[in-house]
Amino acid sequence: MVTHGCLPVSLHVLACNVSSGIPELSGSSSDVAMLKSVELNKEGVSHRNPLSAAASPLAACSSPLPALLGPHSVHTSTALSSGGGCSLGPLPQTTAHRSAMAATDVDVFSNEEKRSLSLGGHVGFDSLPDQLVSKSVTQGFCFNILCVGETGIGKSTLMNTLFNTMFENEEASHYQNGVYLRPRTYDLQESNVHLKLTIVDTVGFGDQINKEDSYKPIVDYIDTQFENYLQEELKIKRSLFNYHDTRIHICLYFIAPTGHSLKSLDLVTMKKLDSKVNIIPIIAKADTISKSELHKFKIKIMSELVSNGVQIYQFPTDDETVSEINASMNAHLPFAVVGSVEEVKVGNKTVRARQYPWGVVQVENESHCDFVKLREMLIRVNMEDLREQTHARHYELYRRCKLEEMGFKDTDPDSQPFSLQETYEAKRKEFLGDLQRKEEEMRQMFVNKVKETEAELKEKERELHDKFEQLKRMHQEEKRKVEEKRRDLEEEMNAFNRKKVATETLSLSQPLKKDKDKKN
Amino acid sequence: MLPRSSALFIFGSQQQKNLEGYVGFANLPNQVYRKSVKRGFEFTLMVVGESGLGKSTLINSLFLTDLYSPEYPGPSHRIKKTVQVEQSKVLVKEGGVQLLLTIVDTPGFGDAVDNSNCWQPVIDYIDNKFEDYLNAESRVNRRQMPDSRVQCCLYFIAPSGHGLKPLDIEFMKRLHEKVNIIPLIAKADTMTPEECQQFKRQIMREIQEHKIKIYEFPETDDEEEMKFIRKIKDRLPLAVVGSNTIIEVNGKRVRGRQYPWGVAEVENGEHCDFTILRNMLIRTHMQDLKDVTNNVHYENYRSRKLAAVTYNGVDNNKNKGLTKSPLAQMEEERRDHVAKMKKMEQEMEQVFEMKVKEKLQKLRDSEAELQRRHEQMKKNLEAQHRELEEKRRQHEDERSNWEAQQRIVEQQKLDLSRTLEKNKKKKIF
Repeated sequence: MVTHGCLPVSLHVLACNVSSGIPELSGSSSDVAMLKSVELNKEGVSHRNPLSAAASPLAACSSPLPALLGPHSVHTSTALSSGGGCSLGPLPQTTAHRSAMAATDVDVFSNEEKRSLSLGGHVGFDSLPDQLVSKSVTQGFCFNILCVGETGIGKSTLMNTLFNTMFENEEASHYQNGVYLRPRTYDLQESNVHLKLTIVDTVGFGDQINKEDSYKPIVDYIDTQFENYLQEELKIKRSLFNYHDTRIHICLYFIAPTGHSLKSLDLVTMKKLDSKVNIIPIIAKADTISKSELHKFKIKIMSELVSNGVQIYQFPTDDETVSEINASMNAHLPFAVVGSVEEVKVGNKTVRARQYPWGVVQVENESHCDFVKLREMLIRVNMEDLREQTHARHYELYRRCKLEEMGFKDTDPDSQPFSLQETYEAKRKEFLGDLQRKEEEMRQMFVNKVKETEAELKEKERELHDKFEQLKRMHQEEKRKVEEKRRDLEEEMNAFNRKKVATETLSLSQPLKKDKDKKN
Repeated sequence: MLPRSSALFIFGSQQQKNLEGYVGFANLPNQVYRKSVKRGFEFTLMVVGESGLGKSTLINSLFLTDLYSPEYPGPSHRIKKTVQVEQSKVLVKEGGVQLLLTIVDTPGFGDAVDNSNCWQPVIDYIDNKFEDYLNAESRVNRRQMPDSRVQCCLYFIAPSGHGLKPLDIEFMKRLHEKVNIIPLIAKADTMTPEECQQFKRQIMREIQEHKIKIYEFPETDDEEEMKFIRKIKDRLPLAVVGSNTIIEVNGKRVRGRQYPWGVAEVENGEHCDFTILRNMLIRTHMQDLKDVTNNVHYENYRSRKLAAVTYNGVDNNKNKGLTKSPLAQMEEERRDHVAKMKKMEQEMEQVFEMKVKEKLQKLRDSEAELQRRHEQMKKNLEAQHRELEEKRRQHEDERSNWEAQQRIVEQQKLDLSRTLEKNKKKKIF
């Protein structure tokens, strides 16, 4: 029941509905499962162990209940013979059958009691994946690709080729001042699947003379998308289920087909990006490299990446349905691609290709280039995994760093886990305390200022007072002088007056003497 | 299927593109399918109702397994003094799909004489699970979060035939905004179809009257599905019968209840609505129940919780600011505070400047005053000086005049005495 391929989902669900009533054996898988369980019973390990904590999923179908239904009867006897009770009483529970599909994530419960039970018929929850898929299809998918590469290396052409459509793009000039990112969103539909595709182009990458900061706008853009998502996630009233996710799911790094090795700009940029986004390096314009050169080139590139510690995206090999193809593709990295939207007639087919005087390079010919491999891996097999990795790994890393930066911790100094409320309350207390402190500081500053100025003014006042005192003294001095002079003058005047008076009295008495003399 | 034209529809910054060839992202649903099967599924189902309503039997019938058995007795056999909320986890697998099923039951619910607040442990349980999830989601280091939130609550209504009991109404009113409630009429084989119809209508009337929001089937665009859904809606609440026994009827082995007068078949659509319940709960709407719990009930809990934390219980902020995270809220408060402080600073600065100006002005005034007085006094003194000078000059003048006069008089006197002397000398002869 693994590949549902082209079956429209709703039909399948209805099929489940139809098979209500007496559960029938749905397809051959149950048979296989039954046989498996029969084998198990033969092993005689039918003990009930509710505490088998690592309880793994059982084969679902075998039921020790006495012959439920016609189709079951054949197998039931075997079950009965090996050890099942046919009573309705305690059911012997077949145990530990470690299936490859043990959900690793559910082991979180391993310390809780978990019983594994077998089902006595078709319950119907095997439609759960279909329900989930149907919901996702109704919601629509979104996918965001970042193309990093020099101007003219073929980014836009490759996107057009990958998605079989002409995305509008003006050709970029080589004279950009810096690197800037240009996101464009498109609504695509294929069969019943809606895809909101965002292609982000790095315009001007590699054109400047000084390329030291070229990676910065790219890192900033990626971080901004993470930040937007984080902000939405932290809101009080949020709506994550219809949020347009703009986080970059894949970064296609275009390597110039020099044939020698990676440029230092490439290494620097990829090193900066590898912890933030899934990177798939591709060799662009691969029709300029011969096969042998290409082989050497690929080896050189991969070894340089490894020796510089650049972590590129590895196609996942843990799901056995795709592990093989993914593993083999991992060995073909980096993909050497050729893009073209022009069609050329080859034989009796019209294919997309590049026409040279010496031949035709066919885009979809696997011996000509790795385009088909790229398309297969990127779109048809691992698109969902890319989205998951972005969310579960890169975004979580960003979030963790951001929250730690803001001072959030998971445990308090006593290593007791914080509850969300405590965390926020602690933050809030800290914040309020901070504000209060600032207020206090400001007030204090003002008090000091006032004191200072008061002192200054007092100083000025005192100076003035001193000046005044001095003037007063000067004035007193002057006054005294004047007074002295006045006294002197008075004295002189008095002296003069006395003299005058004396002389006058004398002259008054003298003329008498003269007269007296005259008489004689 | 795939149009070959390249018509463009431009919606703002998005454009709709038609593809000219098979790209392959139509395979995305398969990828999702594959991954979900690998992950496995989980579901938490709560059953609530008085004892003896057949809850355990129904669960066993729904999942075709002995979840409840003599070793693991159902809630009716585990009645304690107070209402408990207990859970049991079972792992079941079917068709390669693994489901971790958690059944939560409430032994003791509605069984006491005084049942006031018997819903409280249930509310607390649900809130605790929300709280756990919220904390797990808000950690700095997040791991895969186990989801133990209650995704569906089957509420068993006793088949009285008359209407809902006050306890039923109370419970549903208090829980309809925390969990998806699916009310069921238990032991439906005690009613005739007509009685059942009437009972159902009565119940739905009362549910509407009390504005209770039971779980609603989502609308779809598919006409077929909508017709189907409408038919189900007409039969709400579902009347169910459960059974642990298999009985042979007309050569077929079916689950049912054997009565002297016949067999009530569990999976017979004419006998009861069990099949509808199973199909709806498990086969078609299990995912939707999870989604509604996650997107509606949990989000309500979360926003209420965070709003309380952010505003420290201040209610007047209910309407504004809920579109921010608590951190953003704090940021805004910080900005407000900075602005307030700036204003305060400005004001204080102003007052300060004013006071300083005043003081300086005063100083200047006194300085001017002093200066004036000083000038005044200087003038005074100068006047005095001049006066004095004048006096002195006068005095000098007077003196010199007088002295000059005196000299003249002296001279005269001298002349006179000389003349006299002369005369005297003359006289002698």
